[in-house]
Amino acid sequence: MSSAPRTATERTKLPYCHESFHNLQELRHSASLANKVFIQRDYTDGTVCKFQTKFPSELDSRIERTLFEDTVKMLNNYYAEAEKIGGQSYIEGCLACLTVYLVFLCIETRYDKVLKKISRYIQEQNEKVYAPRGLLITDPIERGMRVIEISVYEDRGSSGSSSGSSTTSSSGR
Amino acid sequence: MNNREYQQIDPQALATPPPEHMPKRARRRWEVFPGKNRFCCDGRVMVARQGGVLPLTLALILITSGLFFVFDCPFLVEHLTSCIPAIGGVLFVFVIISLLQTSFTDPGILPRATPEEAADIEKQIDNPTGSSSSYRPPPRTKEVVINQQVVKLKYCFTCKIFRPPRTSHCSLCDNCVERFDHHCPWVGNCVGKRNYRFFYTFIVSLSFLTAFIFGCVTTHLALRSQGGNGLVFALQASPFSFTFSTALELVVCFFSVWSILGLSGFHTYLVAANLTTNEDIKGSWSGKSGNEDVGNPYSYNSIVKNCCSVLCGPMPPSLIDRRGFVPSDDSVQTSPVEIELPAAKNNRNMVGRAVTSGRPPPPPPPPVVTLQQPDISIQSHSTA
Repeated sequence: MSSAPRTATERTKLPYCHESFHNLQELRHSASLANKVFIQRDYTDGTVCKFQTKFPSELDSRIERTLFEDTVKMLNNYYAEAEKIGGQSYIEGCLACLTVYLVFLCIETRYDKVLKKISRYIQEQNEKVYAPRGLLITDPIERGMRVIEISVYEDRGSSGSSSGSSTTSSSGR
Repeated sequence: MNNREYQQIDPQALATPPPEHMPKRARRRWEVFPGKNRFCCDGRVMVARQGGVLPLTLALILITSGLFFVFDCPFLVEHLTSCIPAIGGVLFVFVIISLLQTSFTDPGILPRATPEEAADIEKQIDNPTGSSSSYRPPPRTKEVVINQQVVKLKYCFTCKIFRPPRTSHCSLCDNCVERFDHHCPWVGNCVGKRNYRFFYTFIVSLSFLTAFIFGCVTTHLALRSQGGNGLVFALQASPFSFTFSTALELVVCFFSVWSILGLSGFHTYLVAANLTTNEDIKGSWSGKSGNEDVGNPYSYNSIVKNCCSVLCGPMPPSLIDRRGFVPSDDSVQTSPVEIELPAAKNNRNMVGRAVTSGRPPPPPPPPVVTLQQPDISIQSHSTA
């Protein structure tokens, strides 16, 4: 059970919050999954990573609109920061060019650093805001940065869990 | 019920030792990757399925450069300057490293949609046409306005996603690639968002290298023929290996210079205009039907800014997580366990399958302490 999908940690190798992560794992395995809501990308600004802030109707009864919008806007800000073309990215780019891009093998790029920040933010949001409401956000990087997947859990007993979990996990990750 | 099934597995597992010990390891994601790529070094290195002519490209570069360093450099160092092998060496290193990076880097492959995602998209597509009685194929394009331009996003039937802008599906690699430029057989990989800068460095440094070698070989021949009584006499006096290597270098470099230099020039134009080869060939933004309003919505309308964003922009991460482990899901464990009860004969197969999932069947779920929290908070929500 402890080797359960370590998708977020596999990518970010977070050194803390094992207990709270374990609680989220319990939520996944003990509650039954009712639905998954997908927040699609917003391409009106081009190819930069940005998600739609439109509030999905399926979450109407589960979470306040403002909390949801704040989460999505914060994520959009993080992605904008990662993809910003400015002074630091030019320096990184020129240095990389001079070293035939071998520097990418040695240092952690700014994008990677921001992705770790995003992962920590999503973890924190899940613990504080979403898990108490029976929801769980999946980091967009696990879905190819195409969607923000929000899993909606029903608060039934454990007897319903095997059928619920089999429908969810047949899809895999 | 779960406990009884767990106990049934145990004695069977003890009775059949050989098959269960072998397939215990968890699999990495690259092993179950649906595209047509090939992976080496446990997922660290990836290439397209058809290696293309990458070995030929490498051979041509290595042989020509090798001949240059062996036959021409000593003479030129003696008669001209010792900078020549230094410059040649730097260019050679640039070429080889950028070639390997172009070939082995993930070009920006988009992972395929999970089944739930695909179902969600299908639902959204079917809804508007659900009321019509006659069969009409659901629309498979979505329109989005980018920078006052209408851009059509197409649905990819293989990957089951609406392709983001500038993304295209490569039929050779069977993947959707972001900012797809083209599939290059010479490097044996697609050229896309993540490896375009490596590709550009490769062709620019290769054009410099071929031009440099061509110039040096020509200079070498000129110097030799000056010493003797003309070119033909100089060649006759030299060993056959020298003549052969010179001829080979000249032929390879002559043809390469024109083609690679042309390609570099073309890609420099693309970089300055923030276009991809794919868009340029299709004429997406060239206003082919006489429509004056069409223009590239992704361009910053400044050559410097376009170049910087394409070549010096932040390096996006790989989205396919090749070395991650495939999670052994509950369904892989529950389905063999459920089948086991009615079919006692298949016990051995089920044991093999249950074990190949990499995990023993789970114990019964723990008491659901966490569930009480959602109960309370949801009740408070509904009353509020």
